[in-house]
Amino acid sequence: MKGLRHFVDKIKPNFEKGGKFEKLHSSFDAFETFLFVPNHVTRTGCHVRDCIDLKRMMIVVVMALLPALLFGMYNTGLQHFRAVGMADASLMQCFGFGLWKVLPIIIVSYVVGLGIEFISAQIRHHEVNEGFLVSGMLIPMVMPVDVPLWMVAVATAFAVIIGKEVFGGTGMNVFNPALLARAFIFFAYTPYISGEKIWIAGLTKGEGIVDGFSGATPLSDAASAALTHSEIHWTMGGPWDWFIGTIPGCIGETSTLAILIGAAILLWTGIASWRVMLSVFAGGYLMGLLFNLIGANAYMEIPAYYHLLMGGFAFGAVFMATDPVTGSQTNTGKWIYGFLIGSLAVLIRVINPGYPEGMMLSILFMNAVAPLIDYYVVQANMNRRARRVKVAQ
Amino acid sequence: MSQVIKLKKGLDIKLQGEARKELTQLPLVHAYALTPDDFKGVTPKLLVRVDDVVKAGSPLFYDKYHPQVLFTSPVSGKVSAINRGEKRKILSVVVTPEAEQVYETFDVPALAKATSSEVTELLLKAGLWPMILQRPYGIIANPEQAPKAIFVSGFDSAPLAPDFNFVLAEEAESLNAGFAALAKLTEGKVYLGIEAGSQGVLNQIQGVEIRQFEGPHPSGNVGVQIHHVCPIAKGETVWTVDVQQVAVIGRLFLHGRVEMQKIIALTGSETKVPHYFNVMAGCPISSIVRQADLRPQTDGGTVRVINGNVLTGKRVDQKEGFLGFYNDQITVIPEGDRYEFLGWGMPRLNKFSVSRSYFSWLMPGKRYRLDTNLNGGVRAYVVTGLYDKYLPMDIYPLYLIKAILAGDIDKMEQLGIYEVIEEDLALCEFVDPSKTEMQSIIRQGIDLMIKELN
Repeated sequence: MKGLRHFVDKIKPNFEKGGKFEKLHSSFDAFETFLFVPNHVTRTGCHVRDCIDLKRMMIVVVMALLPALLFGMYNTGLQHFRAVGMADASLMQCFGFGLWKVLPIIIVSYVVGLGIEFISAQIRHHEVNEGFLVSGMLIPMVMPVDVPLWMVAVATAFAVIIGKEVFGGTGMNVFNPALLARAFIFFAYTPYISGEKIWIAGLTKGEGIVDGFSGATPLSDAASAALTHSEIHWTMGGPWDWFIGTIPGCIGETSTLAILIGAAILLWTGIASWRVMLSVFAGGYLMGLLFNLIGANAYMEIPAYYHLLMGGFAFGAVFMATDPVTGSQTNTGKWIYGFLIGSLAVLIRVINPGYPEGMMLSILFMNAVAPLIDYYVVQANMNRRARRVKVAQ
Repeated sequence: MSQVIKLKKGLDIKLQGEARKELTQLPLVHAYALTPDDFKGVTPKLLVRVDDVVKAGSPLFYDKYHPQVLFTSPVSGKVSAINRGEKRKILSVVVTPEAEQVYETFDVPALAKATSSEVTELLLKAGLWPMILQRPYGIIANPEQAPKAIFVSGFDSAPLAPDFNFVLAEEAESLNAGFAALAKLTEGKVYLGIEAGSQGVLNQIQGVEIRQFEGPHPSGNVGVQIHHVCPIAKGETVWTVDVQQVAVIGRLFLHGRVEMQKIIALTGSETKVPHYFNVMAGCPISSIVRQADLRPQTDGGTVRVINGNVLTGKRVDQKEGFLGFYNDQITVIPEGDRYEFLGWGMPRLNKFSVSRSYFSWLMPGKRYRLDTNLNGGVRAYVVTGLYDKYLPMDIYPLYLIKAILAGDIDKMEQLGIYEVIEEDLALCEFVDPSKTEMQSIIRQGIDLMIKELN
């Protein structure tokens, strides 16, 4: 490693102020600190520091995403081969096909997002923040597999620039960037991210598809039943299949099992808040139960736990709602924030079948409300402290 | 005996180099100094010139804004140097001691009958007043104010901190006199916080309210103890004194002179034999930390010498520096000014983290040799809920920090700026993955409060 270090030290002056490539200083710094933890020492305050940093945290989150991503790649292939009538495709065939379809989306998301991050870091003379390592992975995972790459690029650029950089970069953003990217496509190019055809690779084009193959997700089954006031006809197996994840859907969201493995990593390392995660699930489940009591249509009558397995509920609860920057920052607030995300998501799904996926809108809405929740929690703390003083006297 | 207050939040960072309970008597050395920077918010005005002869207890300088607050020489001898820095700022006033020590003598009132103003006057004259600090702000107490209580923490829970029951084992008489003197200064009570279950000289102190505290650092921080016993509201002040300095105050009342001996702990992974030293206040660091007593460093590495502990101490020059006025401990740790290849991805078994993404949790008993590397780059605040776990007060640290950064006086007041000083947020700074300097931010906030409200 000494040789590499010497090389980095040798080319470093080119990127300093006044050097040949000073405009690339932030980018150089990002790569250098990625390779080598810098030799910076503490100046004031604590002389020793915990060895955790944002790089480590973000990498752990990316690792937690991997089970869902790998399963998503496999499932992309599986769904495609089912649709074209090759139900006997091997695991490796499925995975290979998925990799072929998904990898370009990941690359586009990272290249566009990191490119913008590097440029804005340079403009601000900041170090490049690691936040996009996670966002860049989340964006492909909440996309349908057939989404056009240019659309991914535009959505990512929108999310990073309008969603994050205008507010001051990672740590300052109001909305979850990955969800913002999805919402952008959802509202700007609706046909590419809703309906029944788009969840399986090749289904929209329709070449070689088995006759009568629908491609509907459990969510769209339920939504269309609610729209037509009829019984729900589940086309994609039962709750067990939804839990394992062998159903159509966004790339990373289908397998509740793989998501729960990621959840275990996040909770064990303490990087995600268990309060938020638990209360999202609790909110969704209780809302489901409430609808069972009302029972006005078939959608309201489905077992409450179905909601937790369908669509992006689990993915949103584990990876999106727990984003510390856009969520509630106080522990009391986290309970309220999570609970409302869960219950609102189910509310949107059931009451307004026009938006089958309530999770995205629910989290984005609660992102906006989180500071208000915190405001009241902190205000309560101030009042408590003020009262305490009066009692003491 | 007395109630035990249990604190759950906090963290004990286990480091190598705890002081053995052995005592070295250090003879008088070539120089002793007062360092004005040890006193927050003080602008020194000199009362001596180079070559002046002073006694132990003679004033060397006073505070421009509180002229009655004197700072006196710990030894008798000749003023040998007044070191100045940029803009002629006074860095240190150095006295070369004479072999036979001569003391200023002070008229001491009988403690049983003394009034508050007599005690105050004596402490001011003898230069021991700077030992009394006030909350809010952690600055030298204003002698014209009356505190609602006086607090002394009888134990230090910081990493490698000295054991005061060992340090003060012989000082029972001085401590009792010191606490009796402090009791004259307040209408309220004098509290002594001790570690639950500890036995020693501090359990026998008369005339104070003893409170026991249990739990990890910062349970020994006097601010945390105040928060749980009698919290400070706007307009109130509580005074605090370092427990070893209570004994110095006691000696003044017993013997009528300033006797500044103290026992300090030399600690840290880079000392060969960490143990206790009996020294005179203001002694040169080089008389305690000698190169031969340090572990050799490999690859051209250097060490950092710290006045105090690794969380709140101040870096000091090994050759030129002097022991800090308020410090009972010196820590020597390795500098971390080296690169680490893909460090963020490594298992880092020899580094400590509260995060379970490393493996410290597997080795709860392990003692670490931590260096001064920042272990990352400075970022905006990203994580939430983490800092709350390391501040055992009903305060939201991140909101307080953000109020300070925004310069919002009202919010700072409501969120608890009166109750904290830097040391209380030191653990939050230690665990911060965004590597911000929370202790400096807190001081910045306190400075703003002082400026705006006075």
